[in-house]
Amino acid sequence: MEILVCVRRVPDTSENEIQLNSAGNEIERDDLVYSINEPDNYAVEEALQIAAKAGGSVTVVTVGGDDDEEVLRREMAMGANHGVLISDEAFNGSDGKGIATILKAFVQKGHYDLILTGIQAEDGGAQVGGMLAALLDYPFASLVNSIAVLDGGKLKVSREIEGGNREMNEIDLPCVLSIQTGINEPRYVGMRGIRQVASVEIPTFGASDLGVDAGAVGEAGAKVKRVDYFVPALGKGAEILQGSREEIIDKLIELMKAKGGLN
Amino acid sequence: MLEALPYPAQTTYWLISGRTLFLIINLLGIACFSYIVAKRLTPLVRGERDIRFDRPWVRLERLSQFWLGQWKHLRYRVAGTIHILIFAGFILLATRAFSLLILGISENFALPDSAGGIGLAYQIVADYAATVVFICMVIAAVRRIVFKPARYEVPEKYGRGHKGDAIFLLALIAILMLSESLFAASKAASLARQGQTEFLATFSLAWILRNALTSISQSNLWNLHRGAYLLDVLTFYFLLCYRPFGIQFHVETSLFNVYFAKLDRGTVKPVRWGVSDEHLDEVKSFGVKTFEDFTWKHMLDFYSCADCGRCSDNCPANAAGRPLSPRFLTIKARDYSFQHYPMFGSPSNGTPLIGGIYSEDEVWSCTTCGACEEECPLLIEYIDKIVDLRRGLVDDGNVPKSIQKALKALESRGNPYGKMEKKKADWTKDKEFQPTCDVKILDGANAADTLYFVDSITSYDDRMQAIGRATAKILDQVGENFGILGAAEKDSGHEVRRFGEETLFMALRDHNVEAIKASGVQRIVTADPHAYNALKHDYKDVPPVEHISQVIAREVKSGNLKLNAVENAADVYAYHDPCYLGRHNQVYDDPRDVLDAIPGLKRVEMSRCRDRSFCCGGGGLMLFYEPKEEERMGVKRVQMAAEAGANVIVTACPFCMVNIEDAIKVAGMEGKMTAIDLTELVDKQIARESPKAIEIAQECVTT
Repeated sequence: MEILVCVRRVPDTSENEIQLNSAGNEIERDDLVYSINEPDNYAVEEALQIAAKAGGSVTVVTVGGDDDEEVLRREMAMGANHGVLISDEAFNGSDGKGIATILKAFVQKGHYDLILTGIQAEDGGAQVGGMLAALLDYPFASLVNSIAVLDGGKLKVSREIEGGNREMNEIDLPCVLSIQTGINEPRYVGMRGIRQVASVEIPTFGASDLGVDAGAVGEAGAKVKRVDYFVPALGKGAEILQGSREEIIDKLIELMKAKGGLN
Repeated sequence: MLEALPYPAQTTYWLISGRTLFLIINLLGIACFSYIVAKRLTPLVRGERDIRFDRPWVRLERLSQFWLGQWKHLRYRVAGTIHILIFAGFILLATRAFSLLILGISENFALPDSAGGIGLAYQIVADYAATVVFICMVIAAVRRIVFKPARYEVPEKYGRGHKGDAIFLLALIAILMLSESLFAASKAASLARQGQTEFLATFSLAWILRNALTSISQSNLWNLHRGAYLLDVLTFYFLLCYRPFGIQFHVETSLFNVYFAKLDRGTVKPVRWGVSDEHLDEVKSFGVKTFEDFTWKHMLDFYSCADCGRCSDNCPANAAGRPLSPRFLTIKARDYSFQHYPMFGSPSNGTPLIGGIYSEDEVWSCTTCGACEEECPLLIEYIDKIVDLRRGLVDDGNVPKSIQKALKALESRGNPYGKMEKKKADWTKDKEFQPTCDVKILDGANAADTLYFVDSITSYDDRMQAIGRATAKILDQVGENFGILGAAEKDSGHEVRRFGEETLFMALRDHNVEAIKASGVQRIVTADPHAYNALKHDYKDVPPVEHISQVIAREVKSGNLKLNAVENAADVYAYHDPCYLGRHNQVYDDPRDVLDAIPGLKRVEMSRCRDRSFCCGGGGLMLFYEPKEEERMGVKRVQMAAEAGANVIVTACPFCMVNIEDAIKVAGMEGKMTAIDLTELVDKQIARESPKAIEIAQECVTT
């Protein structure tokens, strides 16, 4: 099975202190460290596990710049067979649909049975997977938290629905799935692994290679524009109970009863 | 009437002449033993390289201390004494045992001066040696059967107990001693019947047997004599060939195991011996994944284990109920090797160890505290094996998620918390601290003689920053011209290496070495024993490094640092030895000297102190690991302090502080027990007069 995983490089939320710039329309990026978008890492791990069982190869692709090569290499160190960078100045400032359009063009250049994305980018809006499926006219399942390969070009996937329940689906290949975190335990990628793929050639495709109309993507084609960032003001509502252990317990029970948490 | 009993070589056994029979037995025994040993050596030949032929004089010295001198044995008083006696007996009896064997083939064989004074003296010694060994076998068997020391027990998950095997081996040695003595006794009894006396050491086993045999007929004595000889020879060879199948193989291997033992404390073995850092990228697979990935010396370790249980008896992970027992780490590997390298048929190898004989949790459970290695009389290594197994797991991507996060943060930010580099020196900007002590950042604009290497936890952890500030104030007080690297300092990588992430460790190390060199300092001081160990043993080409306790001890001794009396004289202090300061670097006395220099301070020792210190729970990345355990090591440690009668635990490591303070809360001992770092205590007790004023005061006293 040929699997394509769409990945993205994002500021690492656990290792950064996100602050706004003085204008308030962008985050301060000077001291940021970037890493693979966490949910995408689960998607790659799932692809690797499927390929290990069902055969085939795994390709990781990202739309971005030269800096984004780093996440492709990380995923290749993890075991992905190929990495592809889609990069063109005309793509800068694309909205979700723009990215999906670019990816669609790339998908149509190859033969992929299964396309995976992470559930969402940590700095994004969970748009691309669904739009990509629609543009390709492929079936789509979101929030996927388990995949089993069935005979006859089908998958059995479960989706997480409200309350932690699961919904089981059969889906025809080729399809697009957006992968929920927790579907697996992604393997560790050490520095050594990354060094070993450091010199592997990563092909780069631009707008003309993919036959993408530059006007339909990038800033020009974007119909969604970011106008502002803001950090919510610290609200009130946290209350630290004082007193001895017994007093605290009594107060807590009282509060829980008052708010309807205990009957 | 026979003149004297004939030599075994001259007798006949079931129509076969003794000479022929014993020639066959000797040859067969030697052939069998050689075959078995050759089979046992097969995996060693296939094992990884290990450079152990260097520094022969140091090795010989250690051989005389730990092997011949049985140095570690008396750490367990009773078992140790018994072992020393047996060992001495074996050494003394070796000559007689071989001469006895030869007697079966050649009646003319005699040791030099066997009839003279030396020969007689040796006979006396040997008679008593055999007696002592025999008695020791009885005592050892009684201990096993009646007293059952807990450390010999085999937990159910590790299979059946080893008692039967142990008793069987004890019995074989007892039979050997008995038959040897009976051989001499029957001859002496026979001579006695003819009015001749042959000397036997009084009250020796042979002497007692001779006296018991005086009334036996000459022909029965003859039968007894040749029977005892046959039994002796058969038992000797049976034991020789049986030992390589169990715990007594150490009789043969211990000499080599101790000679080739690791010499450098605090170090970790390279990924591959003989492969330099620059060529590591060419190594296909890191660490130990299959049995053959172990080095030949580590395989020899497996053979050499005597199953005495001392390692696991001292292992804090084992005590806390983690799924790790160093004893069974070895026993399981030995069983694996016996099974996969059989006596007959070809070896079957290459199966993964993790998921086979070891579990991932087992391998991650070790805090590398070194208690097992400190205890092992045979100098078996554990930490290097654990690190190698972890290297294998890391190489395959099998790292617990909580540790993965910390490793990733170390890669991108240089610290396991993922904190910003520019905030590394924020601990120096404390409002109360900064006006009293201005800490220089050695970023090129500032220079200093001494570098204070702070490391991640002291830089970023709110609680541990107090240790950093106390350390800085002490250095300031003693007039040290010091500074810190600030944002340029990355984690020392001590645990990164010990958690098997060698490549990341190398990156951190190289970065720090460069930063240290660029700072132009002459020496390094740290208050973190893990950083201390890394800088001292893992880093190369950096200035000499000291732990702050060593600096304080020296300054107190010289009189440069004066300490005030304790405020509360009722407090009782116990010093907890951090593993990487104590066991791995032998700094035991300096921190204690400092405490004892504080007037009025009452100090007690915990039952487990100094080289038997009990790990607090582990430092560095171990703080990110979520172990499966019944009880926290720290809680056990805090209870030990309470048992010793202490209400203040002094430690000298930020990680010990994390674990012990947590443990005090978990154990519900808040208010009854407190923990304080040595630097915090010293900072509190400093008599802050200028050194000049102290000098004047001292002069006043002396004049």
